Amino acid sequence: MDIELRIRRYNPEADQAPHWETYAVTADATDRVLDLLHQVKWHTDGTLTFRRSCAHGVCGSDAVLINGQNRLACQVLVRDVAPTVSVEPVAGLPVIKDLLVDMEGFWAKYRAAMPYLVNDDVPADGLERRQSAADRDLYEDTSRCILCAACTTACPVFWTNPDYVGPAAIVNAHRFIFDSRDTAHEERLELMADADGVWRCRTVFNCVEACPRGINITRAILEVTRQITNVEAT
Amino acid sequence: MVGRGPAAVPHIHQHDAVVVGAGGAGLYAALELKKDLGAESRVAVISKLYPTRSHTGAAQGGVCAALGNTEEDHWQWHWFDTVKGGDYLVDQDAAEIMCRDAAPTIIDLEHLGMPFNRTPEGLIDQRRFGGHTRNQGEAPVRRACYAADRTGHAILQTLYQQCIRREVTFADEFQVLDLVMPDGADGRVSGVIALELATSELHVFLAPVVLFATGGFGKIFQVTSNAHTLTGDGVAIAFRRGLALEDMEMFQFHPTGMYKLGFLLSEAMRGEGGFLVNGQGERFMERYAPTMKDLASRDVVSRSIYQEIAAGRGIGGGDFVHLDVRHLGADVLERKLPDMTGFIRTYFGLDPLHDLVPIQPTAHYAMGGIPTDVDARVLGDGIARRVPGFYAAGECACVSVHGANRLGTNSLLDILVFGRRAGKAMAGDAADLPAPARDLEAEARIAGTLADLLTSDRGERAAVVRDELQVEMFRRCGVYRTGPDLAACRSEVAGLRERARTVRLDDHGSRYNTDLADAIELGFLLDCAEAAVTSAEARTESRGAHARQDFPDRDDVNWMRHSLARRSASGKVDLTYKPVVVTEFQPKPRVY
Ligand SMILES: Cc1cc2nc3c(=O)[nH]c(=O)nc-3n(C[C@H](O)[C@H](O)[C@H](O)COP(=O)(O)OP(=O)(O)OC[C@H]3O[C@@H](n4cnc5c(N)ncnc54)[C@H](O)[C@@H]3O)c2cc1C
Ligand code: SF4
Ligand code: FES
Repeated sequence: MDIELRIRRYNPEADQAPHWETYAVTADATDRVLDLLHQVKWHTDGTLTFRRSCAHGVCGSDAVLINGQNRLACQVLVRDVAPTVSVEPVAGLPVIKDLLVDMEGFWAKYRAAMPYLVNDDVPADGLERRQSAADRDLYEDTSRCILCAACTTACPVFWTNPDYVGPAAIVNAHRFIFDSRDTAHEERLELMADADGVWRCRTVFNCVEACPRGINITRAILEVTRQITNVEAT
Repeated sequence: MVGRGPAAVPHIHQHDAVVVGAGGAGLYAALELKKDLGAESRVAVISKLYPTRSHTGAAQGGVCAALGNTEEDHWQWHWFDTVKGGDYLVDQDAAEIMCRDAAPTIIDLEHLGMPFNRTPEGLIDQRRFGGHTRNQGEAPVRRACYAADRTGHAILQTLYQQCIRREVTFADEFQVLDLVMPDGADGRVSGVIALELATSELHVFLAPVVLFATGGFGKIFQVTSNAHTLTGDGVAIAFRRGLALEDMEMFQFHPTGMYKLGFLLSEAMRGEGGFLVNGQGERFMERYAPTMKDLASRDVVSRSIYQEIAAGRGIGGGDFVHLDVRHLGADVLERKLPDMTGFIRTYFGLDPLHDLVPIQPTAHYAMGGIPTDVDARVLGDGIARRVPGFYAAGECACVSVHGANRLGTNSLLDILVFGRRAGKAMAGDAADLPAPARDLEAEARIAGTLADLLTSDRGERAAVVRDELQVEMFRRCGVYRTGPDLAACRSEVAGLRERARTVRLDDHGSRYNTDLADAIELGFLLDCAEAAVTSAEARTESRGAHARQDFPDRDDVNWMRHSLARRSASGKVDLTYKPVVVTEFQPKPRVY
């Protein structure tokens, strides 16, 4: 099928300001939007710049706005967005070039959420720590995050307050707050209870809508909030 | 922010250890280095991708260890399966270490936070996988530890998270282009030269010990489960430096790639009870592997699919067959295989609960690579000569624990066991190595190459040459091979190398120049392909993944040996060989 592909381009080395360019491309209905970007890059204009790696939705490289919604370019089939497809960088992070944004601030918030298991004791029998299937289920959903930033960059609270830790960092804090093996529970809750932490969430649900992994982010935020309230109450 | 470009003086960084690659192998090595060298040590991980984007994160089905959590199992059984799975081209001393170390390594990973699925008793749960058997082939055994169908994702995240905790230094989005070898071709390695992707500036990272953990090179093939970024950079850099590459002809084709797309559908789908059917609705694996059936080793299953297709029994006479998982039921599909179910829905628009899934073999895993000893020390000639300061682990390396065909779940184990051993060996060796020195000749050469590329506006686009390479390699150096095909393929690759000498760039800027990256990676791919096809043409037998129609039998008299390919000074690829290490298991016919 014939596609009108519109891409928001910006190369600060050459352009005064971001602008839209339009490309006519032919694609199969089951091609992905990433294939369209590759077609342009490989065969029409090699300056087009974006990140990608796995091409099947598991590495988190290629979150972009497709027809106004945060999506992974490798996960969206052309037939679902044709015939006019517009692609632009995610909002709220500085654009470095074309679709490629500066992720450093995003990673800094992730790292600050203590996204790692803290527990230096090992069982006396030298074997694995025991964890029931039910306990593991508590953090199953949030352990699936691929750090694509689609949620945080879809969040209106984050757009207006760049200091807000954002849904992705909370999801990754949740991953450990609800892990029965972890011992830094309270420290992490304190971080999340900060002025720019979970309280900023206005349950707009943009994050849930944007998450390519289908993680129930709002529920995770709510669960963290409840934990904080529980701890404060005791 | 605007870069000074590659011609300017490079930035120099000093570290105690440098790890190139942030997949499972590199990150585990970095953690071990931090532990052994102390919290104050300067351990740097350089990666062209953000660490969590590494392809370890795409691994699905599991990582094996004979924990015996759900049924009786022993590391010796695992050892045998690994050797047999590799069609006896496995170095048995290395495989013994891997299988012995498996259990303690998996336990350590759990202690680091790995979110394994659990048994009702709260232990690490285990599932079946191809080629893993009880007591030397009696029946399939549950040996694969897993986190749903995203085991690699869980491993990658767990290791990265602990690296953050231990304050490992990361140089993200830096692409290594060469080694620092101050004493010339036969000397030591004391760092790497890297391109900062954000600015196109050159950086020199100096350290007494350097690890390559740069992953595989599946992108030499058209249909592959590998990421776009798996372009064999580390393997090609070693090759360009005149170092040997081992068993490059041994490339695994995984039976269940999604038709035309190549994305992998985990063997766990068959481990959980799925099976293959041909155009006549027949479960054909029962004919080819009466005991293990759909869980025979991957090379066997991939060839069986090709034979069905050749006999006109593909679906509708076409070039694919079906994977049937409908009977597994919603619970297994949604809970144990949710990502696979999602891929099938997203990319095929099919529902695996009700529909048959079209599959074809997909290029998956490089058994070959940079030869090392069992402590990841690189062997320059592939046999005995160590390259001081240089280490390799993970898919870019060849120890060799996979021989001619890797068993499923053995790669994640390999990257963990040998990544960790690499870190240990590096920490131990570092103090005895001379202080790092720069390699001005290499710096000048790399700067020159980049300057040439950046100003190049003649010739073809890199993508055009790359497309042809991938089609050619998949067609003539794929599941089935013949002497004449391989000879033709080799000369075709040589021609593509010529064409790649002048490729045209549209992007002449210095900010995130991915056009430049494409051109550089094309060069790496061509080197890997040339080594692979040259080694394949010379091996006149069929063994594991290397299936020669003109030499259909395994030849233990002449070919119980590893291929070693080296680029000679004249530019030609020379082949030499070394014997396989056999300690316990004598070669036997391989029946599943
Ligand atoms: C779809 C899929 C599913 C799989 N499932 C399983 C499974 O279930 N079980 C199993 O055992 N195995 C599985 N495998 C195989 C296994 O995942 C890989 O072999 C293994 O993860 C490789 O790990 P690695 O650390 O060697 O490299 P990778 O994880 O590939 O990492 C390579 C790293 O090197 C970096 N790099 C590369 N070149 C450069 C350069 N020039 N400069 C700087 N950095 C560079 C990259 O940025 C990356 O960080 C699977 C593979 C695939 C493709
Ligand atoms: S929670 Fe979802 S959208 Fe947010 S970073 Fe993780 S995977 Fe992406
Ligand atoms: S390229 Fe990996 S998620 Fe899209």
